[in-house]
Amino acid sequence: MNSELFRLAAPQAFFPVAGKMLPWFSFLAGALALAGLYVAFFVAPTDATQGEAYRIIFIHVPAAWMSMFIYVMMAGWAGFGLAMNTRLSGMMSSALAPTGAMFTFIALWTGALWGKPTWGTYWAWDARMTSELVLLFLYLGFIALKGAIQDPARADRAGAILALVGVVNVPIIYFSVQWWNTLHQGASVSLTRAPSMAAVMLLGMLLMALAAWMYSIAVALARLRRIILERERDAEWAKLQRSTA
Amino acid sequence: MTGFLTVLRRELRIALRRKGDALNVLVFFVVVASLFPLGVGPEPNQLRAMAAGVAWIAALLAALLSLARLFAADYADGTLEQMLVAPQPLAAVVLAKICAHWLLTGLPLALVAPLIGLQYGLPADALCVLLVSLLVGTPVLSLLGAAGAALTLGVRGGGALLGLLVLPLFVPVLVFGAGAVTASLIGINPAAHLSLLGAFLAVSLLVGPWASCAALRVALD
Amino acid sequence: MLETSALACERGGLRLFSDLGFSVAPGGLLRVRGANGSGKTTLLRALAGLTRPAAGAVRWRGEPIGDGYRGEMLFLGHAPAIKDELSVLENLEFSASLAELKNSDCKIALQQMGISRLADLPARYLSQGQRKRAALARLALSAAVPLWLLDEPFAALDDEAIIGVSALCATHLAAGGMLVLTSHQDVPISCATTRDIELQ
Repeated sequence: MNSELFRLAAPQAFFPVAGKMLPWFSFLAGALALAGLYVAFFVAPTDATQGEAYRIIFIHVPAAWMSMFIYVMMAGWAGFGLAMNTRLSGMMSSALAPTGAMFTFIALWTGALWGKPTWGTYWAWDARMTSELVLLFLYLGFIALKGAIQDPARADRAGAILALVGVVNVPIIYFSVQWWNTLHQGASVSLTRAPSMAAVMLLGMLLMALAAWMYSIAVALARLRRIILERERDAEWAKLQRSTA
Repeated sequence: MTGFLTVLRRELRIALRRKGDALNVLVFFVVVASLFPLGVGPEPNQLRAMAAGVAWIAALLAALLSLARLFAADYADGTLEQMLVAPQPLAAVVLAKICAHWLLTGLPLALVAPLIGLQYGLPADALCVLLVSLLVGTPVLSLLGAAGAALTLGVRGGGALLGLLVLPLFVPVLVFGAGAVTASLIGINPAAHLSLLGAFLAVSLLVGPWASCAALRVALD
Repeated sequence: MLETSALACERGGLRLFSDLGFSVAPGGLLRVRGANGSGKTTLLRALAGLTRPAAGAVRWRGEPIGDGYRGEMLFLGHAPAIKDELSVLENLEFSASLAELKNSDCKIALQQMGISRLADLPARYLSQGQRKRAALARLALSAAVPLWLLDEPFAALDDEAIIGVSALCATHLAAGGMLVLTSHQDVPISCATTRDIELQ
């Protein structure tokens, strides 16, 4: 195995690396978001049927993508930590969870804002919105469980088990909600099925998605650094770190 | 196998000496289901459309109530510790506890549910579907719920946390279970719903005991 | 033979002990001493495979402890693992069959612990000491189990029971068994190779 990688898996070794990476990802996130918003508001044309309101999908869709992707990432790190007994993985999953929950919340919020002009209601029991809501509950459960267990090592392992059970269930939940939706024939307007996605719209969405990626990485790294310091507060290097900071 | 039977027999014997516990869950189920019409009004068509959802939600809540105690007593008195250090495989022990939980809560709930259905004016074939959907679906509640109960063992605020952890995981059971009844009400064959429920039961049979065992090892670390 | 090497355990992020290495050979007794909170129970739980050590390893017959180990080890912790709803005999029979021990000897075991007249009494009526005796009746069933790990076996026991339990331990050791125990009391157990470790 690559010994360099394993050396970095020690929280103490990763702490300065994360610190060096942080400004780069923050900068990229800001630049990409600016470019994406520029495309979204000034370049993309007004939609023929939905007017200006559709522009919210430039936030909504990337947020929805990230909400699902981060859950998988979180479960991946958690599972890796459980199997390989690496401390950093558990911290990584803790660092990702709030960002994932935030994107899920943004997806729901923007979905509701978008729903008002298009369906005439803030909340429709649309399949995607409903699954997104369940996903938010899964995130909240993960965060609550980790917060409720005092011993960090135990919290990591319990959280990992929950995340793994969740990640097995997420596709089933999505499928079941889809199934439920067809049976009850609720609102069937889908946010991502925006009429005739123009290339420029796709570009804007892609830029925003990349910005969301970079933002997630930056925030996760920053949060990871804080978690590392907190958990290693009794170690000599962490005391030194805090006195210089 | 001996471990499974030993634990199952013991669980049932203890339950027999504390009949109140299982009975309370059953009464809770009936009370919750009976309160809904008081909240939404007695309009028969509306009640018929709600019946499956109400019965299933009441079943979820009743299961949740009983799950909180699934491992708690054994954890407190040291029995769980002995189960972990015993040569009998932990999976067999956990599966026996899950089985006992279903026999003591899920099964009685399913058998009583048609009575609730009658209160809500469900026709005979829908009553049958409700019974079958609960018979297939309630084991999932015990299986996945056991994992939640094991994860929240010895954790402060365990009861509410347990709900937050497991209720979202119960979404497919609710959808397929209540959906089967609704489907039969509007003249669709409920077989598809019930097979999907069965498939989810199979998945839970793999996930539930694994997660419970892993979580118990963490809780007793 | 039970061995540990460079064993370290943590509780809530706090290091309890580290670099602990010892071995217990057949017929050997190891007494774990130390103040409250020094990690005696944690050490015993680590030896039983319940607590995962932060570093180091526990070995049994030269192998890291695994599934087979559990059949050759008896662990009795603080909590007596007695269910109030079951009778004393039913409790013992359950723990015996969980541990794959012979059920038929249970009555004799209760007799040895001096509680045979309580056999059919629901455990909820037991006093603290009687409860402890009922839990320790497992010892009388476990002569064939080579390794005993006992956490505070003498706590809450009266003099008579202490003599009984220490006699059981001595017999076990004389027959080539191994015993690790934590105790606040200085209970003499006759044994050729007694070792003490003191946790800080």
